[in-house]
Amino acid sequence: MVYFVQQLVNGLTLGSIYGMIAIGYTMVYGIIGMINFAHGDIFMLGSFAALIVFLLLTSLFAGIPVVLALLVMMIVAMLLAGLWNWTIERIAYRPLRGSFRLAPLITAIGMSIALSNFIQVVQGPRNKPIPPLVNSNFQVLGISISLKQIVIIVVTAVLLTIFWYIVNKTPLGRAQRATEQDRKMAALLGIDVDRTISITFIMGAALAAVAGTMYLMYYGVSVFTDGFIPGVKAFTAAVLGGIGSLPGAVLGGILIGLIESLWSAYFSIAYKDVATFVILAVVLIFKPTGILGRPEVEKV
Amino acid sequence: MSPLLHVKNVETYYGNIRALGGVDVMVEPGEIVCMIGANGAGKSTLMMTICGSPQARTGSVIFDGQDITRMPTHEIARLRIAQSPEGRRIFPRMTVYENLQMGASLDNLKYFNEDIEKIFTLFPRLKERQSQRGGTLSGGEQQMLSIGRALMARPKLLLLDEPSLGLAPLIVKGIFAAIKKLNEEEGLTVFLVEQNAFAALKLSHRGYVMVNGQVTMSGGGRELLANPEVRAAYLEGGHH
Repeated sequence: MVYFVQQLVNGLTLGSIYGMIAIGYTMVYGIIGMINFAHGDIFMLGSFAALIVFLLLTSLFAGIPVVLALLVMMIVAMLLAGLWNWTIERIAYRPLRGSFRLAPLITAIGMSIALSNFIQVVQGPRNKPIPPLVNSNFQVLGISISLKQIVIIVVTAVLLTIFWYIVNKTPLGRAQRATEQDRKMAALLGIDVDRTISITFIMGAALAAVAGTMYLMYYGVSVFTDGFIPGVKAFTAAVLGGIGSLPGAVLGGILIGLIESLWSAYFSIAYKDVATFVILAVVLIFKPTGILGRPEVEKV
Repeated sequence: MSPLLHVKNVETYYGNIRALGGVDVMVEPGEIVCMIGANGAGKSTLMMTICGSPQARTGSVIFDGQDITRMPTHEIARLRIAQSPEGRRIFPRMTVYENLQMGASLDNLKYFNEDIEKIFTLFPRLKERQSQRGGTLSGGEQQMLSIGRALMARPKLLLLDEPSLGLAPLIVKGIFAAIKKLNEEEGLTVFLVEQNAFAALKLSHRGYVMVNGQVTMSGGGRELLANPEVRAAYLEGGHH
């Protein structure tokens, strides 16, 4: 039992990270109907930004409090990733809007390769480690919970609440949902659709950057290929939860985190990705729109 | 007095297909003007061309003395041209209340509480349905919501695309009475396109007839109603 709960905690931590990345996929899909395959690399970029900020901070201000350091890392990573994703949308996706559906998809794959190769060239191909930032461990009823895990889960919860509020309760969120549901009508009501789409890319990237910072803190290492596997997992999470659905992305992320850690714990760690994708396939057979996805039928 | 809206010799294309072939329309402030014509004559294209989506290839659209032909759609909307478009285009996964909020986004909801009361007085049905999702409304309710949403923008010019389409005669009557009331009491300028020629001409001060993307006739509402050609083409054989 203790072992099981322990794995739940581990899975939830990993799932939080996937969930935060998945939101970027699902939002962009919702608003312009394309899969931004470069999103995983934006996550990796955010992680590298955090790493560089960490190195700068520790060499310039030795003894800086960890909380402050993490906060600065997170904010800088969010800004940089937001800027990157904004630029990508502006130069690579927007000119292709309105062309056939595969064009932006292929461009996104190209962007993904370009970004990871760029990081490989400027940062080198090797793993970049950092010393552990947060060390404490708590023992609760025999379960070991690290402070890192608590930080990840709390940060995720706080950000998702803020995010939920923006999307559901603010004029910006309303404009985003309107643009998602009927772009032309949104424009007829005075909504600047291009701007709304840009903001959506920035928001998704900011969340991915937070996920990147958390990932760096959790595993203590960044490498240029980091965009791929977590990116694909998060994309899977978005599909599992129902692409286009924000709660679905979070749910899908947490589910995948749980599946991975429980499978690794009880069966074989080598087959954890297989397990994830088998469950995805099974869910899609019985519910093709994902767990919380909506059927594409609207009353007219 | 200069016209509020002046469409000058506008041609609009979809690809290589010409949908509008040199249309001229003028709407004075405080008027209700209608455009009647058969299905596919180009009426909805004219409405969307006024809003810049698609833009006119030649000719110009002047609103309130300003050339808006090449302006992006959202900037045209910000000049207070509100449209209840073809197909109503209600946001299906937003509530009725949120749809109305979208209508008021130009003023950032500054007059929202005041205006929504007006809309609810005009269309009491929307008040009952306010927390329901737009996609679950009936056709008539969606039409009311679409018009209500356009009115929430405090428009200088209200464009209505087939407000009577698919509605029961009694509801059409209610909607047209509401338009007339807004025009008489608040001086709202309205330009509508309709297939229901009888109701539209009765409501309007002036009317135009469109055939195959061109205006073939224009005149006072009553005058067109009495015109034998109009009667033969659009009115005989029952009021649709």
